[in-house]
Amino acid sequence: MKDSYSYSYSSKAAYFFLAPAVIAIFIFFFIPVISAFIMSFTDFDIYALGNFDTVRFIGLRNYVQLFEDPLFWQSLQNTAYYVVLATPLSITVSLGAAILLNSKLIKYIGFFRLSYFIPYITTLVAVAIVWRFIYHPKFGILNYFLGLFGVNPIDWLGDPNLAMPAIVLMSVWKTFGYNMIIFLAGLQNIPEDLYEAASLEGANEWQKFKAITIPMLAPTTLFVSIITIVSYFQLFAEPYIMTQGGPLNKTLSIVGYMYQEGFRWWNMGYSASISFVLFFIIMVVTILQFKLQKNRLA
Amino acid sequence: MYRSPNDCIRQLFTICFPLFTGLFFISLFIILISCSSRDKEVTVIKFWAMGTEAEYVTKLVPEFEKQNPGITVDVQQIPWNAAQEKLVTAFASDNTPDICQLGNTWIPQFSSLNAIIRLDDFIAESKVIKKKNYFAGVWDTNIMDSSVYGIPWYIDTRIMFYRADIFREAGYENPPRTWHELKELCKKIKALYPGKDKYAIYLPTNEWNPFIIFALENGATLLKDNNSRGNFSSQKFKEAFNFLTNFHREKLAPLGISQVTNVYQAFVEEYFSIYISGPWNINEFKKWMTGDMANKWSTAPMPSKAEDHYPGVSLAGGSSLVIFKDSKHKDESWKFIEYLSQTSTQLEFYHLLYNLPAVKEAWKDSSLANNKYMKAFREQFENVVATPKVPEWEQIAFAKVQQYAEIVIRGALTVDQALADLDKDVDKILEKRRWLLSREKEKE
Repeated sequence: MKDSYSYSYSSKAAYFFLAPAVIAIFIFFFIPVISAFIMSFTDFDIYALGNFDTVRFIGLRNYVQLFEDPLFWQSLQNTAYYVVLATPLSITVSLGAAILLNSKLIKYIGFFRLSYFIPYITTLVAVAIVWRFIYHPKFGILNYFLGLFGVNPIDWLGDPNLAMPAIVLMSVWKTFGYNMIIFLAGLQNIPEDLYEAASLEGANEWQKFKAITIPMLAPTTLFVSIITIVSYFQLFAEPYIMTQGGPLNKTLSIVGYMYQEGFRWWNMGYSASISFVLFFIIMVVTILQFKLQKNRLA
Repeated sequence: MYRSPNDCIRQLFTICFPLFTGLFFISLFIILISCSSRDKEVTVIKFWAMGTEAEYVTKLVPEFEKQNPGITVDVQQIPWNAAQEKLVTAFASDNTPDICQLGNTWIPQFSSLNAIIRLDDFIAESKVIKKKNYFAGVWDTNIMDSSVYGIPWYIDTRIMFYRADIFREAGYENPPRTWHELKELCKKIKALYPGKDKYAIYLPTNEWNPFIIFALENGATLLKDNNSRGNFSSQKFKEAFNFLTNFHREKLAPLGISQVTNVYQAFVEEYFSIYISGPWNINEFKKWMTGDMANKWSTAPMPSKAEDHYPGVSLAGGSSLVIFKDSKHKDESWKFIEYLSQTSTQLEFYHLLYNLPAVKEAWKDSSLANNKYMKAFREQFENVVATPKVPEWEQIAFAKVQQYAEIVIRGALTVDQALADLDKDVDKILEKRRWLLSREKEKE
């Protein structure tokens, strides 16, 4: 009797406590997404901001125009380049760091875990500004170190071929701490007896890593790679602060282009259509990853 | 100790309830206090200014507040590179300030948004602000449909920064006055460095301004049909565009922009000897050209196409002060604009920041009249014009003109093809404008 009472009471309480979040998500997420979707079929622009009367429904014209837009393809290419370069790098670095921190040889694990995680919780804008100094061709510390080895000053952010790799380097440093923590949790869930059994069979460290650690971490790796790819596809603040999309639009990301069209030129309709193309791409990539993972497990 | 979920919730309530009620009353109290302080009849004008201007204009505020008891000015700084975003967002959310500093090329956007007010009635009654006090070209940038929307605060334009010592070496005592002379001079400068990676003039493709300046000097109309279509394949524009891109083709100007990471350094190293830029660079050049270099550079107005029209045309730039439609203190705001437009305040601001005063009278002051770098600017301001006054102009200039200039310079398209494509792109951008114009016509 008492049990059923407390059950219904707590479920009501649960709804009560959930309500603010649900309402907030509805107002601040679903409504904007739906209106952006509608907006992507209109030519909402600066004239429309002044006088709503001037909005026209133009069907798929934004999307058609988008696929003819060289700058859109350029930004897509840049973003793909960034994702392809940064994702494996980030996963490797964070897995490596996690394995190091999980080993029993290292002292002061708490300190290292914290110091690897600090970049992740630091404000991105502040980090980007600091890294702009690090990359400075004349006064940057990176060129100073390279100079000790006789390397001529390199204009990291000003060279069209180097700007994106420079941004990759920075954002990997910034985000690997988060993935590392997830990997660490995954590593700690691997039963110790598996390793013990392998040791008894005479497996060396590398064989153990290949045969136990990697397969046991597969679900963790899937999760990490999805969130990493999804977040990397939304690359924006790093180039916005560090290069403004330049040089020669080589660091202009899809989100950067969306922002430029939307908030620089006020082509909100066009900008909304870019966001839905991005949404579609991320969705396809995620589904692909799930499929791949399932095939491998089966 | 085991705790039932029930206990947890109860505990949560006992903690949260007093906390939230407490917060609620504290915030209510704060709101009440801030409301009652308004009763003292102090009018607060919100003034949004950009970058360093905001920093320095605060030094001019105390004097204004002393002269006008009962008005205080609240200056807020917004960064230049996010200014436009911030302003339009503020407009969309009804959070606009009373006064704002606007780049004068933005006036068309904000007047077509219907966000800023016409100032004609204020000007008619003003003892301080009169049309004749300003350079005609600059004043014109603030006019839309024959109404004034902004008062010039400080002004700028683009002129030539040049290496006088290199000019002399090339056999020129004076800066070039015509296009023809400019070209000849550049050839001679290039000939000073046979086989070396040095150039005469710097015309980077991430600056659209020179391409437009030379076209305007050639008499080109940039947009046609009531500013609703691109007119870049017109003979006049093509001629100027060709003239300018030939500097790149004949290796008188460097091709890429990534080689020049620091314009000033490159200027010091004679990588190029002419650079078309504005007054904001005077101090930078002074900083870099030190020691015996200090006397080796100077400024000159833009060359003209024909001998008898010197100086050639340049662009009317700068910032204006505007009043927003939703302002509740328009009269007080106008008073502040008048204060900033007094000759003495204009000069004071010049001394603080070296922003060139918009009021002509201020230029008679010795600090400007005797400054050798300013002479060229003074001359140039007599022949400055506005860019096409349509909200889409910024996008056309920054996104399209620059893009096609680069394509041509890199040889990916011929001038004819590129300008035809440019027109096509611009027509696309202006499609909405054509539709609006045709709709207006139907109404009539």
